[in-house]
Amino acid sequence: MIAIESLSKRYPRVTALDRLTVGVEPGVTGLVGANGAGKSTLIKILLGLAPATEGTASVLGMDVATQGGAIRERVGYMPEHDCLPPDVSATEFVVHMARMSGLPTTAARERTADTLRHVGLYEERYRPMGGYSTGMKQRVKLAQALVHDPRLVLLDEPTNGLDPVGRDEMLGLIRRVHTDFGISVLVTSHLLGELERTSDHIVVIDGGKLLRSSTTADFTQRTAVLAVEVTDTDAHPDGTAALREALRQAGCTPHDPGPAGAVAPGAGHLVTLDLADESVYDTVRDTAAHLGLGLVRMEQRRHQISEVFTERSAGDVA
Amino acid sequence: MSPDRTPAHAAQAPAPAPPGSAGPAPAGGGRPGRGQDVIHNIGYRGYEGPRLGRSYARRALFSQTLRGAYGLGRSAKSKVLPMLLFAAVSVPAAIVVAVSVVAKSDDLPVGYSEYVLMMQPLIGIYLAAAAPQAFSLDLRFKTTPLYFSRPMERGDYVAAKFAALAAALFVFTAVPVLIMYAGALLAKLGFADQSGAAAQGLVFCVLFALLHAAIAAWIAALTPRRGFGIAAIIVAVTVPFFLITALQGIAWTSDSREAVGWLGVASPGTLLDGIQSRFLGGTSQFPGGQDLTGAQGAVYLVVLAALLACFYALLQRRYRKAGL
Repeated sequence: MIAIESLSKRYPRVTALDRLTVGVEPGVTGLVGANGAGKSTLIKILLGLAPATEGTASVLGMDVATQGGAIRERVGYMPEHDCLPPDVSATEFVVHMARMSGLPTTAARERTADTLRHVGLYEERYRPMGGYSTGMKQRVKLAQALVHDPRLVLLDEPTNGLDPVGRDEMLGLIRRVHTDFGISVLVTSHLLGELERTSDHIVVIDGGKLLRSSTTADFTQRTAVLAVEVTDTDAHPDGTAALREALRQAGCTPHDPGPAGAVAPGAGHLVTLDLADESVYDTVRDTAAHLGLGLVRMEQRRHQISEVFTERSAGDVA
Repeated sequence: MSPDRTPAHAAQAPAPAPPGSAGPAPAGGGRPGRGQDVIHNIGYRGYEGPRLGRSYARRALFSQTLRGAYGLGRSAKSKVLPMLLFAAVSVPAAIVVAVSVVAKSDDLPVGYSEYVLMMQPLIGIYLAAAAPQAFSLDLRFKTTPLYFSRPMERGDYVAAKFAALAAALFVFTAVPVLIMYAGALLAKLGFADQSGAAAQGLVFCVLFALLHAAIAAWIAALTPRRGFGIAAIIVAVTVPFFLITALQGIAWTSDSREAVGWLGVASPGTLLDGIQSRFLGGTSQFPGGQDLTGAQGAVYLVVLAALLACFYALLQRRYRKAGL
């Protein structure tokens, strides 16, 4: 879908992208970065609207430097900011945008009706957009990006400004864009938890550099952790420490609790250990039973993608 | 059952392609996973029809903007002002004609291009309403990135919008001219004379529309605020005109006849007035109805061309970085 080869973009004072090399496969790809990480610059370059300082990029097999027009014909773009005139209805607006993408008028009308239905706008699509809620506006913005049946859509912060329910609906919709419509998606966000739920693949950039690119499963499961909480008994006044010691002898690798001050509230009673495979559950159960401790809870914790950033900043300090 | 669950095969008909469309064939038809599995395809259908490309998009934007300049395709409220103004410039033309028919005069009391110049205040108001509608709103509501993320280039956008504004202004000025021409024929005024004069009048309408559209488009594109645009355009088309007319009056009374002509070049209204009196068979409204000398006429034409080129270039420049 997208191939980026040592792409740099330098402005007089800032380096927005710094020798970025990354590939994007069909599917839903999340592009994560803090504000100013270079996400918007990257989208501009991918649409062929800004020249790269050095390096090359291609979208759908076409070079962004020379085939911008052809790329934009088959790519949809949903901007981050508001972009809807308030005095026209969603239908009129999306029809117009479809024609701007080169669709003949009759086809533009059909596609508009279809697309607005798919994003979940029904009767309200005949009303002026000035009266729409943020959620409805986001849907129209998504619809105008999909109306010409692109092969790839670039969604810039599609969940911006939405309440939790609206957020969930938008994320579900983005998932469907790929699973049901067969359109690949590149979605940016600065909220990692969101992308974890929608994306097949996650690309993290920071300061214009690639931090990490891997599948979402890799991000979250490879580093799965089991958290165990046990009761204290008379025989073992500090059940947590006893369990940790016993587990170590049983061949597991419980994490060190860390210095007293650094432990999060409540975490002092938790033993965390790497979840290598299924047998770890049995070992924990047997060990706890053997010590006579009450097993309060045992839960699998997924590493949040946000830890990528913490890991890195820890690495920077070292 | 939500309408989304329509079985895919019920909606499989490809979108109709208009005959003779010159667009490129859709690239890369085969997309994995689409249309092969009915269970997962709950009603989305792709588009395999023609994609007509830049020139089509340019024309579509042109017609949308032109319609918008008269409030067509917009709310009823936004039709009121353009239509009222349109009536206000057309009705006097009909009255002029009626008077000449009743009085059985052998010529129209007002020349075609002179009529347009007389209507300048109304045309100015219309222009001040239409230009921000065409340019400022896309900037204010940040719609421009949606255009530029599509096949059209910035130059296409500017060309289509400018052409639409000029066309709207041409319609606004040419319809009264045509009304007068029709009336002149009904009153059995000389056919050859009137046809020639009306044709010159239409040429004048073209020049008038191009110059005013270029100035107003550039001003409107500078500000995302519609109100500022309206005020600035009214100022730009009226203040220089009155200033120059006053200066011409002073020059006339102090007997420097030639200065009257030279001063006229400095405002759009007097510039066009001079051109129509020199080249398009009209009478100027300069003090004393003075005509231009040959050198002055040439300078007027050069200035007109230079202004057009300059404002259009400025407009292009404005959009070089705007949006996205």
